[in-house]
Amino acid sequence: MDFLNALVAFVNFVGVPAIAYGSQLAIGALGVTLVYSVLRFSNFAHGDTMAFGTMITILVTWWLQSLGVSFGPLPTALLALPAGIAATMALMLFTDRTVYKFYRAQKAKPVVFVMVSLGVMFMMNGLVRFVIGPGDQRFADGERFLISARDFKAMTGLREGLAIKTTQGITVITAVIVVALLFWFLNKTRTGKSMRAYSDNEDLALLSGINPERVVMYTWLIVASLATIAGVLYGLDKSFKPFTYFQLLLPIFAAAIVGGLGSPIGAIAGGFIIAFSEVTITYAWKKVLTYVLPESLKPDGLVQLLSTDYKFAVSFTILVIVLLFKPTGLFKGKAV
Amino acid sequence: MSEPFLIGDAMTGGYGKGPDILHECTIAVNPGEIAVIVGPNGAGKSTAMKAVFGLLNVRSGAVRLDGEDITSLSPQDRVVKGMGFVPQTQNIFTSMTVEENLEMGGFIRTDDIRDTMEQVYDLFPILRDKRNQPAGELSGGQRQQVAVGRALMTKPKVLMLDEPTAGVSPIVMDELFDRIIEVSRTGLPILMVEQNAKQALEIADKGYVLVQGRNAYTGTGQELLADPEVRKSFLGG
Repeated sequence: MDFLNALVAFVNFVGVPAIAYGSQLAIGALGVTLVYSVLRFSNFAHGDTMAFGTMITILVTWWLQSLGVSFGPLPTALLALPAGIAATMALMLFTDRTVYKFYRAQKAKPVVFVMVSLGVMFMMNGLVRFVIGPGDQRFADGERFLISARDFKAMTGLREGLAIKTTQGITVITAVIVVALLFWFLNKTRTGKSMRAYSDNEDLALLSGINPERVVMYTWLIVASLATIAGVLYGLDKSFKPFTYFQLLLPIFAAAIVGGLGSPIGAIAGGFIIAFSEVTITYAWKKVLTYVLPESLKPDGLVQLLSTDYKFAVSFTILVIVLLFKPTGLFKGKAV
Repeated sequence: MSEPFLIGDAMTGGYGKGPDILHECTIAVNPGEIAVIVGPNGAGKSTAMKAVFGLLNVRSGAVRLDGEDITSLSPQDRVVKGMGFVPQTQNIFTSMTVEENLEMGGFIRTDDIRDTMEQVYDLFPILRDKRNQPAGELSGGQRQQVAVGRALMTKPKVLMLDEPTAGVSPIVMDELFDRIIEVSRTGLPILMVEQNAKQALEIADKGYVLVQGRNAYTGTGQELLADPEVRKSFLGG
């Protein structure tokens, strides 16, 4: 019984949150990895692209709520998501036409692109704060739990409860759908294959008559969708704050690099690796250990390896280790 | 004599703003023919072919395909006009399957490419067996077959090969030459740069020996092989 309690406590405090967080990071990292493989630079503006898409979704959600529209037990934000995606697509295409295209024509070096994306990041950052403000916004509505801790305890008779938030369920289901769609697109459609061809060998793609501007356009459209979806899922699960989204850049990049930049499967694996590391290292294990260990070994402290304030140190450390020992990542991506 | 199907006529030029590498260099090929460019290292063999394909600045002279002046067209536009080009290196999509490589080769076509793909598979049967394997996992000779197959997917009017046998074993080289002859029998003009001058001239209808970016000797493959001067300087006696 103690073992079961320990297991439930573990799943409740580590497993479920890490899977949800991992899915959000994975979708974010997919966007980063796509930009890297097609446009060949690390897009520092990705976190703020997520913030922009989420902001539009929140504004539309509020508007829908003011009209009295709701999505039953699901969050209204899901209805507003397509609007957020469309607006982000427009912003991405606008940024590409006005900024990135200029540097492509110059055949600028990747590092120049990275710096340019840094500038774009500050612009978007300012735009989002200007419109919605720097504060915390909560926009999740509908049913709060799929299973609440109390119901679970009543159901199983265990001392520990297992709670699964609706937003966590939505996150995982959406992630599965998004990843399946993306892989189908990249592997089965002509446009998707042309994107892979362009990423694999740019010169040969040109010789084969693949139009680079079209490939770039499709990439931004997909990246806009991925960024918005990742941002909205994260915001529903936790809350929306522009600065938090900027900070998400680190775990997202760590995920993409750990998996291998340019490898979509790697981005997904990396997302979960980072999420699980972060959650397990910042979790206070006291409760779980109390159940499993004999009375005499009962821990006095919280058994928390690292305070949650330092959670970014986890992604950073993993990033450094991977770059030192396996710069191409787990799934044979490109070296940074 | 009437104008050849594809001709790079008295081309002079170099890369970017750099010095001229080619000087009044002329290269031509006709349907059903294999034309081979040979010469010592640094003679500008590949450069001459790249000039024909539009990869460097031709400052004087002209490139004409089927009588049409294409000197100012970009390489991409030349592909649309019917030129198939197989670069010497990085000539396949390594992360994609053989079939996807062929599919990308036929990207500009809007009609059904399955027939052409079948023809490529008939020509290179090994590719049919490996169609679902990533091209990067194939051997050197098989990769070259993928590369040639990819170029054939556009149904080009002329095929240009830049050192197709670079880095493959002599046995594979012979096999590749056999395939190239087979392709040429379909009537497709083939322009080829080769390091292995002797073997290449044996299958060539026309040979161009370049020295320092100029035409040194021109003739049929057999003539060049028989020419004592050519033998002495380039073929090792």
